[in-house]
Amino acid sequence: MRVVIAEDLFLLRDGLVRMLEAFDFEIAAAVDNGPELSRALREQEPDVAVVDVRLPPSFSDEGLQCALEARRRRPGLPVLVLSQHVEQLYARELLADGNGGVGYLLKDRVFDADQFVDAVRRVSEGGTAMDPQVIQQLLSRRAQDAPLGNLTAREKEVMELMAQGRSNAAIAAQLFVTERAVAKHTSNIFGKLGLPPSDDDNRRVLAVLAYLDRG
Amino acid sequence: MTEDRPRAAVQSHELMLALVRGPALAVVTLPLSILLFTLSLVSIVLLPIGVGVVTTPPTQQAVRWYAGQRRRLVHAWAGLEVPEPYRPWPRDLRGGVVGQVERCTLLLKDPATWRDMAWLPADMTAGFVTALLPPLLPLNLQLTKRMLEPTREMLLSRRVTELYETRHDAVDTSAAELRRIERDLHDGAQARLVAMGMSLGTIEALVERDPARAKQMIAQARENSAEALTELRDLVRGIHPPVLAERGLPDALRALALRMPVPVEEDIELPGRFEEPLESAVYFAVSELLTNAAKHAGAAKVWLDVLHVGAPDGSAIRVTVTDDGRGGASLGSGSGLHGVQRRLAQFDGVLALSSPPGGPTMITLEVPAGHAAE
Repeated sequence: MRVVIAEDLFLLRDGLVRMLEAFDFEIAAAVDNGPELSRALREQEPDVAVVDVRLPPSFSDEGLQCALEARRRRPGLPVLVLSQHVEQLYARELLADGNGGVGYLLKDRVFDADQFVDAVRRVSEGGTAMDPQVIQQLLSRRAQDAPLGNLTAREKEVMELMAQGRSNAAIAAQLFVTERAVAKHTSNIFGKLGLPPSDDDNRRVLAVLAYLDRG
Repeated sequence: MTEDRPRAAVQSHELMLALVRGPALAVVTLPLSILLFTLSLVSIVLLPIGVGVVTTPPTQQAVRWYAGQRRRLVHAWAGLEVPEPYRPWPRDLRGGVVGQVERCTLLLKDPATWRDMAWLPADMTAGFVTALLPPLLPLNLQLTKRMLEPTREMLLSRRVTELYETRHDAVDTSAAELRRIERDLHDGAQARLVAMGMSLGTIEALVERDPARAKQMIAQARENSAEALTELRDLVRGIHPPVLAERGLPDALRALALRMPVPVEEDIELPGRFEEPLESAVYFAVSELLTNAAKHAGAAKVWLDVLHVGAPDGSAIRVTVTDDGRGGASLGSGSGLHGVQRRLAQFDGVLALSSPPGGPTMITLEVPAGHAAE
């Protein structure tokens, strides 16, 4: 699987390259600024891009803008965005096209190599990887929401993991339950929130995220 | 409306008014001016034997009240604004005899007092004559305005006092900020890095003898590093919010609104970018107001409106925060709003509050913005 990496800090870029190589990814390009990222995304046609939000030369949100621009040109191009801070505003912009294949994580998450690589794979396959902090922020705003209040504690746990983009199998493994139990919880959640049922994992994640971001 | 009427009619109407107003003014003000001037003069003459110290403050208060009435009259009759020139009283004025002496000294040191004293004789002579002759009434009003409004010098000295105070505040707050940052770093990230370094040393020693325990400690060290990062992130957000650096004020405010635990309906219309210190000041002011609404007012909904408006000199950023909470907010010293007001004063910004008990609360702030930078 071919990856483009954009990160301006040498240590972090080098660390990402080593880690992804160790997990059998092929590094198509590792760049440290916005213009080169744009070029790499155009010329390399990667399977997934791992991009830092803030990049030279402007040190504004250049990485994010490059990623959004590339996805406009090639809808669904898988992009995992990394940042020192997560903002609902940015998450919303990444999810806006409804195409999936989007990740948005705190840089700290690279500490856990297994989970991070899992997130990169998920995004490259058209899935979603939202930082738990984004989900927490969304949930804290919906404290008064009646349908959410009707969820049981376990269903809430499942929903949080689902909103992060985890598959049923991954949720089952994390909560030490069977996949069948998770499937039952998810169908309950969809019923209580009034969302149309779907068998497609990615569609389901996007539906839950859209529900949480509403209002 | 007066513009629609023929010029001659307007003029004759004004003359009629002056015919009534002028003599009335002359008759009422002449004895008052003479009385107050005499009293003031006697008080000042009596200063050396001490009696003046007791009589001067009330006499001068009476003169100021009288001058105030005349300013209002000029405004009512000629539509001319006449601001007060007096120096503000210090907040920590003492009572008793000491306070009386202090009050007297302050009054005598205020140049506005002497200008009042010069105005009274002018008013009972030239003022009296111009008031009696109806066509000259506007001249009388002009005279009052000229002599009772602050001079350029007074305005400048007032501005210097203001700047002195806000600069003092600015130095104070930035010193306190630095102290807070130092303490946060010292107790937070720095301490955690020390702990991590120590753990790594122990792990090095343990890795062959007791791999299981070493692995456990590695997990611990990783947790410590994650905690340190979280603390640094919060600290950075408090110094300069990342979205502000990346996107500028409008998006930073939108991101802020999204992070609030209560729904915030925002309407933000700002052109381009402004100077960084100004953007930062507005951001933190809004942050404080929104947090107040969510935390203390118990609001279920908050409205945030941010506009770029024209101001007398240049332009201004106007922010309105409204909430449906319980109201009763105050600007008293020590309150969060007082702090916001003081920090905004460093940018010549002002804050207005309307918060009746039971709500709703509406806070408006306006900060001069010069011209938006491209």
